[in-house]
Amino acid sequence: MTAPAPSPSVAALRARFGDSVVRHRVSCGDTIVWVARDRAHDILAWLRDDPGQAFDYLTDVTAVEYRDAELPLEVVYQLRSLARHADLRVKVELDKAAPLEVDSVCDLWTGANWVEREVFDMFGVTFRGHPDLRRILMWDTYAEGFPLRKDFPLRGHFSRSEQTRQALAANPESHYSPEELSLAETYHEIPDDMRERLSRGEHGEVA
Amino acid sequence: MSTRTVEFELATPGLDAAGRDIRVPLGVAGPDADELAPEHMLINIGPQHPATHGVLRLVIELDGETVKRCIPHVGYLHSGFEKLGEYRHYNQIVPLTDRTDYLSPMANNVCLALAAEKLMGITVTERCQVLRVIACEMSRIISHIVWLGTTGIDIGAFTPVLWLFHQREKIYDLQEAWTGARLTTSLTRVGGMMADIPDGWEERLRNFCRAFPKVLNEVDTMFTRNAIWCGRNQGVGVISRAAAVNGSLSGPMLRSTGVDYDVRKDRPYLGYETYDFDVPVGEFGDNYDRYLVRLEEMFQSTRILEQALDRLAGLRGAPVNVDDPRVILPPKSRAMSDMESMIHHFKQVMEGIRPPVGEAYMGIENPKGELGYYFVSDGSAKPVRWRIRPPSFLNLSALPQMCEGALLSDVIAINASVDIVMGEIDR
Amino acid sequence: MGLTVPEADAPFTEVSGVSPNWMTARLSDLVNWSRTRSLWPMPFGTACCAIEFMATAASRYDLSRFGMERQAFSPRQADVLICAGRLPFKLAPVIRRIWDQMPQPKWSISMGACASSGGIFDNYAMVQGIDTIIPVDVYVPGCPPRPEGLLYAILLLQKKIMGESLTDQQLRVEQTLGADGLFRSPALIDEVSEPFGNSVHQTRSA
Repeated sequence: MTAPAPSPSVAALRARFGDSVVRHRVSCGDTIVWVARDRAHDILAWLRDDPGQAFDYLTDVTAVEYRDAELPLEVVYQLRSLARHADLRVKVELDKAAPLEVDSVCDLWTGANWVEREVFDMFGVTFRGHPDLRRILMWDTYAEGFPLRKDFPLRGHFSRSEQTRQALAANPESHYSPEELSLAETYHEIPDDMRERLSRGEHGEVA
Repeated sequence: MSTRTVEFELATPGLDAAGRDIRVPLGVAGPDADELAPEHMLINIGPQHPATHGVLRLVIELDGETVKRCIPHVGYLHSGFEKLGEYRHYNQIVPLTDRTDYLSPMANNVCLALAAEKLMGITVTERCQVLRVIACEMSRIISHIVWLGTTGIDIGAFTPVLWLFHQREKIYDLQEAWTGARLTTSLTRVGGMMADIPDGWEERLRNFCRAFPKVLNEVDTMFTRNAIWCGRNQGVGVISRAAAVNGSLSGPMLRSTGVDYDVRKDRPYLGYETYDFDVPVGEFGDNYDRYLVRLEEMFQSTRILEQALDRLAGLRGAPVNVDDPRVILPPKSRAMSDMESMIHHFKQVMEGIRPPVGEAYMGIENPKGELGYYFVSDGSAKPVRWRIRPPSFLNLSALPQMCEGALLSDVIAINASVDIVMGEIDR
Repeated sequence: MGLTVPEADAPFTEVSGVSPNWMTARLSDLVNWSRTRSLWPMPFGTACCAIEFMATAASRYDLSRFGMERQAFSPRQADVLICAGRLPFKLAPVIRRIWDQMPQPKWSISMGACASSGGIFDNYAMVQGIDTIIPVDVYVPGCPPRPEGLLYAILLLQKKIMGESLTDQQLRVEQTLGADGLFRSPALIDEVSEPFGNSVHQTRSA
């Protein structure tokens, strides 16, 4: 049985970006392309904008860490071209010994905003240029680490009582700092004690 | 009957602090009013709130009643599904999928089986495909019922939810007869299903398909030309085609803007290309169009169910599971008497099913949008990575742009029209 | 009640066989009777159990026959907190605050396996039973419990409330978080959260 042919985007990418297209593979009918991290943003922009590619729909952004500790962490972009009915999976390998960083694609697809935040939350990958990179599923001050990493145990690092204590101490309504909202325009006008409470995340003392 | 136009007329065009255009609703003064009272209110909706459809927290910055910014906070139902999946065999992940999108559990079960089968290169039997289509369309109906009922409550209509939930109970009875559970069905297995449908089940589903459109017509009478419904929903929560595609929206959210994209038609699975059904596509991208799209989808689902039942009639006695002892447990009688069957049983239960090294992404048309499961396998029985591509998560990320410039009560209506399920968003 | 021949331990006693207009009862029985027949639930619905709660409130199973039709989404007006669904750690301070906001007398029902013990989610994200955070009166097993199961739990709660005494000061004491920021002792939380049964084996690597 002959191996299935990869998507024609692979050849087009190689022609355009040369060695930045590291390798490709077809797995279960899906074409996967590994690209160099430094050119990842340019490559993804080209895939979106080039009329022959037209990957206008970003299906998903996620990350994969393998059980084999020697393998790098991969950031995975699932792309789709609605007009051409084509899919492509683009991967960027990140060396685990170095800081996990890659350029954000929020400027290309607005849908990348939350999914990149989730990759940051679960894996600790920093997306350079992301407008609002903070945790999305765990609370902002979550201290145990990045849950989907393979060195993170299923039940977490801390004991259950410590997790409960930290959870109860995290004030849910202070997770969005008032400075970041346009309330900041009048921040200097509000009374001192209110400003102090807002910064502490409290809601006033119960007498 | 009053309708609001889709495009807001700007009374006095203005820019907000970040330099973005402020869309000023009719009748509300523009930035000139800032001279009088420039205070913006910061209010918090949720995470415990009847109208957020789950544990969603919305932080809304209000100028009077106009929303300047809406920031959703999610994660309050984060349960570590993807981490749990890495510690389970593929068949053991099926019960987890019930609990992500708990409004349409059977559809999630089907998606998981399809993703695992894509990874392993397994094609299921024809009877299994028809049964899975039935499962998916039943799930679409019950999910849309919850959406319509709760949206009605949010807007203020309490009667339809009771009518619709009674229909839901009929589907629950069918699910319970098939799988033993009303909600957490765990219907599928890799290579087949947990069980075939029991006797008399087809007749009951046919009765449901006969009666359900009448109920939908009654609900249609209550809502579609209702002045309050139209006033609250037309022109509210508008999102453009380009923004929807760029924002990775899917399902009725995307189709309401005019993009004719349905996974069942675009990359058919389970033989959907052989069924005769229409995909409703909207035009304005507002709440009302999303309502019309989902209402029509329920009618179309009933149509598909009837066709699937007709096919089932011709497949009586056909096998449900693939004849592959590596993935399907042998019948207990053979496992106890035949050595080879016992070994197959032992290997599957103790070691699990081992797919080849590789990865697969399978997207299906869930009621909420495109649900995708992405498996990465290293050849062992437990996946290296199980990623759930959650449609509601991406649909909800468009909420801020839909709410800006709207009134506070519109935020509730817009949030309802997104049709979210927090279990899937937070996983 | 009232006009029938009472048994020895019946709560209500008819004083005079001549006039049916007088009735005596113990005050605590009257109070408990009125409390149980109009328990306003605070539906703290998070996940799948919330859908079964909605089904219980819908027309087939009908909570309103038990006086619970009026669901109080404001905890200030609620009597019983029904935690329907799993409780992740991020939601822990929220349920604690909701519980604190409820005025006495208040009770709680832990609906479902996840609320009672963490359920199938024995991982970093999930509280292993809401009783580590708030006091619980009735636990409902099931994943999700059938509506009949929830109704039985409500009846059990009603029975529990009927047995309460007005003079028992301990019942209405607010149980707040301790100085260490916890509701139970750390040792107790760790002990009840230990993995048990199947969850130990399922997560063992192949």
